[in-house]
Formats: sequence, structure tokens, C-alpha cells
Amino acid sequence: MSNHHDHHEEGHGSYSDYVIGFVLSVILTVIPFGLVMTGALEKSTTLITVVVFAIVQIAVHLKYFLHLSFKTEEGAINLMTFLFSALIIVLVVGLSIWIIYASNYMMMM
Amino acid sequence: MTAMTNSHDAHDEHHHHDTSKTTLFGFWIYLMTDCLLFASVFATYAVLFMNTAGGPSGADIFELELVAWETAALLVSSITYGFAMLAAYKGNKGSTLKWLGVTFLMGVAFISMEIYEFHHLITHDFGPDRSAFLSAFFALVGMHGLHVTAGLIWMIILMLEVKNRGLEKRTQTRLACLSMFWHFLDVVWICVFTVVYLMGSV
Repeated sequence: MSNHHDHHEEGHGSYSDYVIGFVLSVILTVIPFGLVMTGALEKSTTLITVVVFAIVQIAVHLKYFLHLSFKTEEGAINLMTFLFSALIIVLVVGLSIWIIYASNYMMMM
Repeated sequence: MTAMTNSHDAHDEHHHHDTSKTTLFGFWIYLMTDCLLFASVFATYAVLFMNTAGGPSGADIFELELVAWETAALLVSSITYGFAMLAAYKGNKGSTLKWLGVTFLMGVAFISMEIYEFHHLITHDFGPDRSAFLSAFFALVGMHGLHVTAGLIWMIILMLEVKNRGLEKRTQTRLACLSMFWHFLDVVWICVFTVVYLMGSV
């Protein structure tokens, strides 16, 4: 148990990991909320910004809270299974939306 | 206590392999399947959200301030669970219980706000039966809420286990599983507040 402690990156993160992850998450949450609540930017710009911030924040959570990484054995195997799931999710969500929106469009023609 | 835990660990390792790594990996695979479940409900929401059937759209009913507080509660609970895990790996029982308690309260705050929101919508006749948009909304946000509720029940059970048995290796592994579950729900919530609330209010 105590040898485990020396290389703290293995499996579970360190105190600084959690603090860095938390600070980044707060920044990445406050900005999109602020943009939408104040309506500071144009509609399309706001939509793109919000999505980009969400993707970055997911990456931050995966790295700092869920300890996914290429460097540790557990991190790498979890990361590979996540990337595979992400591929399936992009297919399921993306293609569903594509099919339904295309059929809506054709029904209106 | 510590001496007892260590001797127990040594005893364990002597007789059979440490299975915590495979347990954690197996639990991660489960989370990935849960991810696919959420993805299909997100796809349903994305397909149905414009079908308001003359009822309200997202921009009419969402209260972003409440959502911001919900997000804050979950985000704080993520870091406090992280501190609970660090304390658990150090074998610090009191600190583990304290941080788990804080995490639990943050989770309860989140669920309370969500119940308030649902109650508010339903009493204004904007329940899940109003339109396809609201059905999809309640299904998606409600499913996340049910997961958080399950996580809270699990957290109570683990707090009792830590209190009664201390931080054995087995208990640490269970805490680590709930840790992944809890952080995973936070990741799902990022998608929920972005896709449903923020993009719906733009």
C-alpha cells in the first residue's frame, strides 16, 4: 500500500490533480454560462463556443478526475475503452440526428 | 487500526491475487455501457427537442440561474469526493468520512434543486405529457437525476462500511468504484447543461 503512495500518478490522482481539475472546470463552466446569460455574442458564435468549452471540460474531467492517461497502465486501458465508446456515441448520436433531420427536410419538400 | 489493516492486506495478497485492478476496470466497462445508454437518450432529445406541440420551448421554461447552482453543487462534490479518495488511500478514516459527508450534502443539494425544478414545471402544466420536447427533457434530465440518487444511496452504504470496518483494501476499491461513478455523472452533467440548458436558451 505504501509503495503505491510514492508514485502517486498510478491509478488515483494527487491533491494538485484535483485542485487543477477543479479550477479549470470552474473557468470552463463560468464562461459558457456567462455568455448565454448575458447574450454577449451572436447566436451562432455562442453555440460554437459553448460546445467547444464543453468538449474541453470533458477532457479536463477525464484527465484530472477520472485519471485517464497514456502514461499509466490503468489509465491507458480505460482511455482506449473510452475512445471506443466515444466512437460508438458519435455514430449513434450523429447518424440519428442526420437521418431524422434529413427525413424532416424531405417531408417538407 | 493501521497495523491491523496492513496485516490483513499481507494476508490477502499471500493467498490470492489483488483483484482491485480488474474490479475497477470492469466497473469502468460498465460505465462505458452506461455512457451508450445516455448517448441514445441524448440522441432522442436532439431529435425531439423542436417538437413542442404548441407548448413551451426550452428558452421559455429554463431558469439558468438554478442550473448554474446545480452545476456548482456537482462540481464542488467532485473535488470533495477526490479529497475523500486521497484520505481513503492514506488510511485516514475520519477525514474520509468528513469529505464523503460533504460530497453527500452537495449531491442532496443538487437533487433537491432538480426536484424543485421538476415540481415547478409539472405544477405549471409543463409535465412530460405536454409535448415530445418535454417528454425527452424529463427522460434525459430525470435519468441523470436517478443516477445521482443511486450514487447517494451507495455513498450512505459506503460511509457505514468505512465507519464500521475501517479502510480495508476491499473498502478502498469500493470507494474507488463510486469515485468513478460520481465523476462520470459529472461528465454526463456537462453534456446535459450544455446541450439541454445552454444550447436550449441561446
